[in-house]
Amino acid sequence: MEKYQQGKISEEKTRVIVVPGEVIASGESYLPGDNTKREDKDIIANKFGLAEKEGRLVKVIPLAEKYMPRKGNVVIGKIIDVTFSGWIVDINSCYSAFLSVKECAKFLNKNNLIEYLDFGDMIIAEVLEVRHRAVDLTLKARGLGKIENGIIIKINSSKVPRVIGRGGSMVNMIKHESECRITVGQNGIAWIKGEKLENELLAKEAIMLIATKPFVEGLTEKIKKFLESKK
Amino acid sequence: MTYKRSDGREADETRKIRAEVGVVPRADGSALFAFGDTIAIAAVYGPKPLHPQHLQNPEKGLLRCYYDMMSFSVGERKRPGPSRRSSEISFVTTNALMPALQLGNFPGTVVDVCISILQANAGTRCAGINAASMALAHAGISMSDLVTAVSVGQIDGQIAVDLTKEEEDYESGGEKTTDIPISFLPLSGKISLLQLDGGIKAEKLKEAIEIAQKTCSKIYEEQKKALKNIISRKEEKIKE
Repeated sequence: MEKYQQGKISEEKTRVIVVPGEVIASGESYLPGDNTKREDKDIIANKFGLAEKEGRLVKVIPLAEKYMPRKGNVVIGKIIDVTFSGWIVDINSCYSAFLSVKECAKFLNKNNLIEYLDFGDMIIAEVLEVRHRAVDLTLKARGLGKIENGIIIKINSSKVPRVIGRGGSMVNMIKHESECRITVGQNGIAWIKGEKLENELLAKEAIMLIATKPFVEGLTEKIKKFLESKK
Repeated sequence: MTYKRSDGREADETRKIRAEVGVVPRADGSALFAFGDTIAIAAVYGPKPLHPQHLQNPEKGLLRCYYDMMSFSVGERKRPGPSRRSSEISFVTTNALMPALQLGNFPGTVVDVCISILQANAGTRCAGINAASMALAHAGISMSDLVTAVSVGQIDGQIAVDLTKEEEDYESGGEKTTDIPISFLPLSGKISLLQLDGGIKAEKLKEAIEIAQKTCSKIYEEQKKALKNIISRKEEKIKE
């Protein structure tokens, strides 16, 4: 418990829990980073989460966050509407995304788009462009396309980096231990596909475990032990 | 100093405060706040796309609050569904929370806040505002401050905080209790809600606001503690 101190960031303290409006650090020697604001000499938190010091930069890592699409993100979405020129996709964000027929890998009959992607179908797609409030998706890359079977689970998008781990270490370990194919979308939706249902459920349990336990050190080892004990 | 509070509290003493975060698992953010046996639960959903489209604000996100008393929350069954009273409280709650929120990054979206009163014994709108501001922080919405509210009253010429229903209905010599719900942005000290039901002298109102601000700084500490506890609580679970 000692690691997550109360109060302000100083020379000794590098991580503190903050609520919105709280002063994280005082003095001109610190710079405001993500989710913070400078007010006179103080740096104020704008979100609830963990404040961290990176050199002179002070930032807040939020505990929960709505997904904001960025160019190049791989996301998992659900078809919610079919128009004459493409599909509207729910990507678990505050805006829905658009997938154009042109960005489909296959040649399609424009009069019958439902044949390829119907209402409620799940897809793995990449964010092509974000313009103001319009988000465009593409399926033209490896590993993208329609999801035919498997399990879909939802976690908060702020936990995605934890689930993937440094350089994919966490997700690769879960893949190896559970013998499943796993795709984690940046928007907090993950797809698990394995040979056996038990394996899929095991992978799901492991991911949900990570999602409920933020800010724990040595999590990869703990999850590995958990998976080995369940086998 | 003729009125003595029936539960033996001091004039500036609130009922027992209970604050918890993360009580509604399916919501994006949630919190419970209770003053004694007045219990409010707030659930936050969003930011999410707003429909119908004509309600969208292209400059910033919208905040919608729904205040609702459960039918079993009061002595006699309350008819469920919206009423004149609940729409008024929803409106003032929205206005009380709005100054703390920063929704500029989410144009065309809405944040829904659903406040349910499980048990009512006066001070429900204040408990609702306290719960809602914690739930908004828990949902990861950008805020400049939390919002803290408390009700102050004048009972028989004497100022007291956090009235119960019994005290609100107290009457002596034809003089009824005055009820004043107040909400603050605790760090800047700005007032975001002030309602007044009854009559009060100007200097007494000043006294009431001062005592409310002191009480709110205590409530703010409770809110902060509840939010910060969530991380250590989750760590305890992993040790099990």
